[in-house]
Amino acid sequence: MTIALDAVPRIRRGVKCTYDQIREAHVVLFPEGVLVLNETAASVVALCDGVRSIGDIAVALADEYAGVEPGDVTSLVARMVERRVVDVDG
Amino acid sequence: MADAPFGLLAELTHRCPLQCGYCSNPLELVRRDAELATEDWRRVFDQARSLGCLQIHLSGGEPLLRPDLPELVAHANSLGCYVNLVTSGVGLSRDRLRSLASLGVDHVQLSLQDATREGNDRIAGIKAFDRKVEAAAHVLDEGLPLTVNTVLHRQNLDNIAGIITMAERMGAERLELANTQYYGWALRNRAVLLPTREQLAVADPIVAAAQERLRGRMEIVYVIADYHEAHPKPCMYGWGARQLTVAPNGDVLPCPAATVISSLEIENVRDSSLHDIWHHSPSFNAFRGFEWMKDPCRSCPRKEVDFGGCRCQAFQLTGDAATTDPVCSLSPDRSTVDLILETEMKPAEVPAMAMRKMQ
Repeated sequence: MTIALDAVPRIRRGVKCTYDQIREAHVVLFPEGVLVLNETAASVVALCDGVRSIGDIAVALADEYAGVEPGDVTSLVARMVERRVVDVDG
Repeated sequence: MADAPFGLLAELTHRCPLQCGYCSNPLELVRRDAELATEDWRRVFDQARSLGCLQIHLSGGEPLLRPDLPELVAHANSLGCYVNLVTSGVGLSRDRLRSLASLGVDHVQLSLQDATREGNDRIAGIKAFDRKVEAAAHVLDEGLPLTVNTVLHRQNLDNIAGIITMAERMGAERLELANTQYYGWALRNRAVLLPTREQLAVADPIVAAAQERLRGRMEIVYVIADYHEAHPKPCMYGWGARQLTVAPNGDVLPCPAATVISSLEIENVRDSSLHDIWHHSPSFNAFRGFEWMKDPCRSCPRKEVDFGGCRCQAFQLTGDAATTDPVCSLSPDRSTVDLILETEMKPAEVPAMAMRKMQ
């Protein structure tokens, strides 16, 4: 699927984002699934608030991580949509 | 050390208002007086979280029959776990669900036996259909995600389109259509339940079309009828790999059906910690990884896809839990499965369904 830069991602209903002290990683919990996130993915997921667009998230992350491209955010969000963790509007 | 598990299947009780003849619970159901106490379950949840479990599936039997369910939901939630309630829907009133949701239930899995009231209630053995429809509405009203689970077999497979429609009407986000796996009560009733090839040939494209049509609205998970397949299922994604089950009496099982392997020495939470059992017990290490495999699995590239199939099925059909799952076309025992299909798919005389009941 293709996701536009002005699309607004949002964590789906019934999905829980938390930190797992055992694995020392951010995790996403959803019906019948667990995703263990790396640091970048965790930062993207934390910004999927139903307000910011993909472009906004890329700009916000550029401050934090050098070399984050909007395309990286788009493909990560697409994977989250595929796993039914995130919905996109717009 | 083995990787940490992600999920705990907590079978809080084997008691159930339904009597489905395909139940995966063992024929010898655990009686109420042998069930773990509330403090045992709290300790089990603590240990499961420390071990790495992030999801707790509250199941049974019917978990609503445990008066301490609210306390257990709250405790699982307080540990940061995702709390999944697996229920028949019988007893799930609006108030009860509202209370459980406020205490931390994240997701509800509701069983549906068939597309219609008549079919559903015949298979369930009690009038449950209307209560399921009401329970689904309560889940939606509460804003919780709903999965509908239907076990498929010869008695309901022809109604698959209606089952999908029913799940849509109930507002499910997910629908699990699982062909019967033959353990426990289902094994006993296999000659009543085994679908015919013709039924599967009609059902498979209906499911595929619905998956396409409902993409993004309702996810449909389809579990194959493995006796009819050329390759086994990737059972549990490997023995002792991702999930563990605690039975109502505290027995700790690598898979919910593992009590059928009579040679397996089962540990209990009353005697050992989940950590010790997961990492060090003979039962959890028996079929972990690939070392235990014999040929044809040992040298087969598919071993990393299907992990040799199901250990319980291998034991039940061959008497050897360490042999290739006999549904595999490469298994020297495949003829056993073919013979079962030949004699039980269309038996000359269909036996009556043995309804699931506690003795």
